[in-house]
Amino acid sequence: MQNAPLGTAPLNDAAFLRRESAPSLPPPVAIGGVLGWLRTNLFSGWVSGPLALLFIALLAWTLPGLIRFFIIDAVWSANDGTACRVPGTGACWAFVERKLDFFRYGSYPEFEHWRVDLTLIIGAVLAARLLWPQGKKSTLGLLAFALGVPLFFFIMLPGPQAAMRAPLVELPVLFAGVGLALALEYSRLRTAWVAALFFVVYPVAAVLMLKGWAFIGLSKVDTDLWGGLFLSLLVATVGIVFSLPAGVMLALGRRSRLPAVRFASILFIEFVRGVPFITVLFMANTMLPLFVPDNWTPDRLLRPVIGFSLFAAAYMAEEIRGGLQAISKGQTEGAQALGLSYWQMMRLIILPQALTLVIPGIVNIFISLFKDTTLVAIVGIFDFLRTIDAARIDPVWSGPTISATVYTFAAAFYFIFCFGMSRYSMMMEHRLSAGRRH
Amino acid sequence: MSDANARQQPSVSLLYNPRVRGFLYQAVLVAIVGFLAYEAVVNASTNMRARGIPTDFSFWDRVASFDINQTLIEYSAASTYGRAFFVGLLNTLLVAAVGVVLATFLGFFVGVARLSHNYVVQKLATIYVEVMRNTPLLLQLLFIYNAVLTPLPNPRNSISLGAGVFINNRGLVLPDPQFAPGAIWVLVAAIAGLLLAVAFRFYAHRDQEKTGRSYPVVWIGIGLVLGLPALVYLALGEPVTFAAPVLRGFNFQGGVRVLPEFVALVLGLVLYTAAFIAEIVRAGIRSVSHGQTEAAMALGLSRQQTLKLVVTPQAMRVIIPPLTNQYLALTKNSSLAVFIGYPDLVQVFAGTVLNQTGAAVQVIAITMSVYLVISLVTAAIMNSYNRRKALVER
Repeated sequence: MQNAPLGTAPLNDAAFLRRESAPSLPPPVAIGGVLGWLRTNLFSGWVSGPLALLFIALLAWTLPGLIRFFIIDAVWSANDGTACRVPGTGACWAFVERKLDFFRYGSYPEFEHWRVDLTLIIGAVLAARLLWPQGKKSTLGLLAFALGVPLFFFIMLPGPQAAMRAPLVELPVLFAGVGLALALEYSRLRTAWVAALFFVVYPVAAVLMLKGWAFIGLSKVDTDLWGGLFLSLLVATVGIVFSLPAGVMLALGRRSRLPAVRFASILFIEFVRGVPFITVLFMANTMLPLFVPDNWTPDRLLRPVIGFSLFAAAYMAEEIRGGLQAISKGQTEGAQALGLSYWQMMRLIILPQALTLVIPGIVNIFISLFKDTTLVAIVGIFDFLRTIDAARIDPVWSGPTISATVYTFAAAFYFIFCFGMSRYSMMMEHRLSAGRRH
Repeated sequence: MSDANARQQPSVSLLYNPRVRGFLYQAVLVAIVGFLAYEAVVNASTNMRARGIPTDFSFWDRVASFDINQTLIEYSAASTYGRAFFVGLLNTLLVAAVGVVLATFLGFFVGVARLSHNYVVQKLATIYVEVMRNTPLLLQLLFIYNAVLTPLPNPRNSISLGAGVFINNRGLVLPDPQFAPGAIWVLVAAIAGLLLAVAFRFYAHRDQEKTGRSYPVVWIGIGLVLGLPALVYLALGEPVTFAAPVLRGFNFQGGVRVLPEFVALVLGLVLYTAAFIAEIVRAGIRSVSHGQTEAAMALGLSRQQTLKLVVTPQAMRVIIPPLTNQYLALTKNSSLAVFIGYPDLVQVFAGTVLNQTGAAVQVIAITMSVYLVISLVTAAIMNSYNRRKALVER
């Protein structure tokens, strides 16, 4: 049967032979064009369609009001709060503009602002050099590094107006930043040396610069006067500068063979990670002065900074431990077979790989640490958010829209900063996993 | 050049013996830590005595003489500091519990929305997550408290949210439940329904393992948990009624008043944590490879069954550990209450009590141990859960 030629097979009764063509199927639903896009992306089902409509309605309802409040009805320039108090006006940007210097520097004396600017621009260039992906930079990359980074921080900190008001003081700051970036790039300084500069030399120089030192002709500025954005950046920077090496040590300690070392590391890490940051701050503020001899009482600003650094170190340690765990045992065994000592092995083989692996994680921790710097306000430190919250109740400006305006301004700043960092961390993650993708 | 010679242990100085060295390092570490601890204790006791700070826990039983504006247990200015501690602790736990439940719901919703094929839904969810994750929680709290709740109208012009719920600048006013004598049976029925639902789930699972039959566990469970109390409620003639708050003069009479600080804190914690939970949920769902879904479809499972039996169990294994971390983070973040004046543990105990008694070391130690205990207990539960759910590998 099966092998019989088709034509000769007898027509079985049970066989079915189609005599007319099947009805044609409907044309496929449009998947191209505007309608097709709308159908696949907005109204693809019984839940999706109404939900999309609901959200579009929500947007249509809120968006015009927001635009009116923040742009059209907003007060852009005024000398006091009268214009902002008129019913129906929107955000009071004039207030932000007036208080911008307070938000940036707190009560730091105005004629000494350049010291803050110079300190931070140098830190920014060094940090950018460390975070920049390795390898030779393209012309565009070089331009972005040597001009973009200093310019960005210049606009953020002294601001263009300051450059116009005091060009002789502020422009050299910008040039110093650009010069340092170019010098770093053309001297081909090794990353290890840049790291040494940033982690060892820079902190000392920064403290001398900001606090003042009569020996180099800088007047003393008490830490009580420090505040604003610069203080937030400073606390975050100290946190990262301290927490990276401390985190490495704690992470190594937690993986150590020596029980006492391991136990001490675990105890510290789990203790700090188990309590809220605020209680660590309270502890640093009220207990630290009790723990040291009476004449050593730490500076009012130093106490929360110590608390913040310890807090940061515990979180950093766990991130770095993750990186250490990801390095295959073969690397350790190979290093030991070569006869390297423990510290040689860590310094030359394990840590370079582990730390590169966790760069995205470290940046993410930095983002959350930067957000956490806002909490130092609880012990009376005037960080960025605290200056904003304090300016809010200025009687000259008080009005119904002031709170919403300043908080939106602060949110925009934090968002730009943190979102930028998170994009960077994603970029690095992508780059680092390039070798492992297939 | 004999082999025996090379194989012989070279004689090294005792200092290069790894065991001796390890012991030495540890001895040094212990000595340093011990010295620092000893110095701290000595300094602390001298400093505390010099400043007249109490060094014992006798303050615990003394009269607190300050008021707290939200108390879950009986408390007055005549109560002790110990009592104030428990008031603060319960307030913290209340915020944490409410926050965890709400944040989970919102987080799962947003997480699923981020995976939606619907352009508008997906983009809005993304914007929400990015904005919340990239701004400080404290800023969000202050914004909600100072820029949203404070400008609300006064009680006379309260905004009605329907069903007897009002919101004004003094907080949220909810209807007050009135319990008639039979009310207890409604609670009993609710507990019985819950137990029955759990029992049924066990039975359904066992039966499915044996016969392959599957039951609509979720629907029957919901029916039991909600239906049983509802039936009892109707049968007993509605023993629980709600007394709607009435505006009289300048404020509301009757009804339950919820502090604006509580509203702001819960709202802030929920909105912030939900963004992180959403990312965890999204990563969890995406971690289940598409091959799993395709294989389930090829086996003839329906879309619902695929989700229930194949995707969700595998996703949950990835989701649960970081989810617990978020719950812990929310609990710890509830200490930000101190910034807006909600009477939580830190505000009441590490704030007011510390300031009044001056017993800094004791108060901070107690406060920290509370959070530590919460963290450690959760971690222990999590570890046992992980062991149970971990993939069994060779």
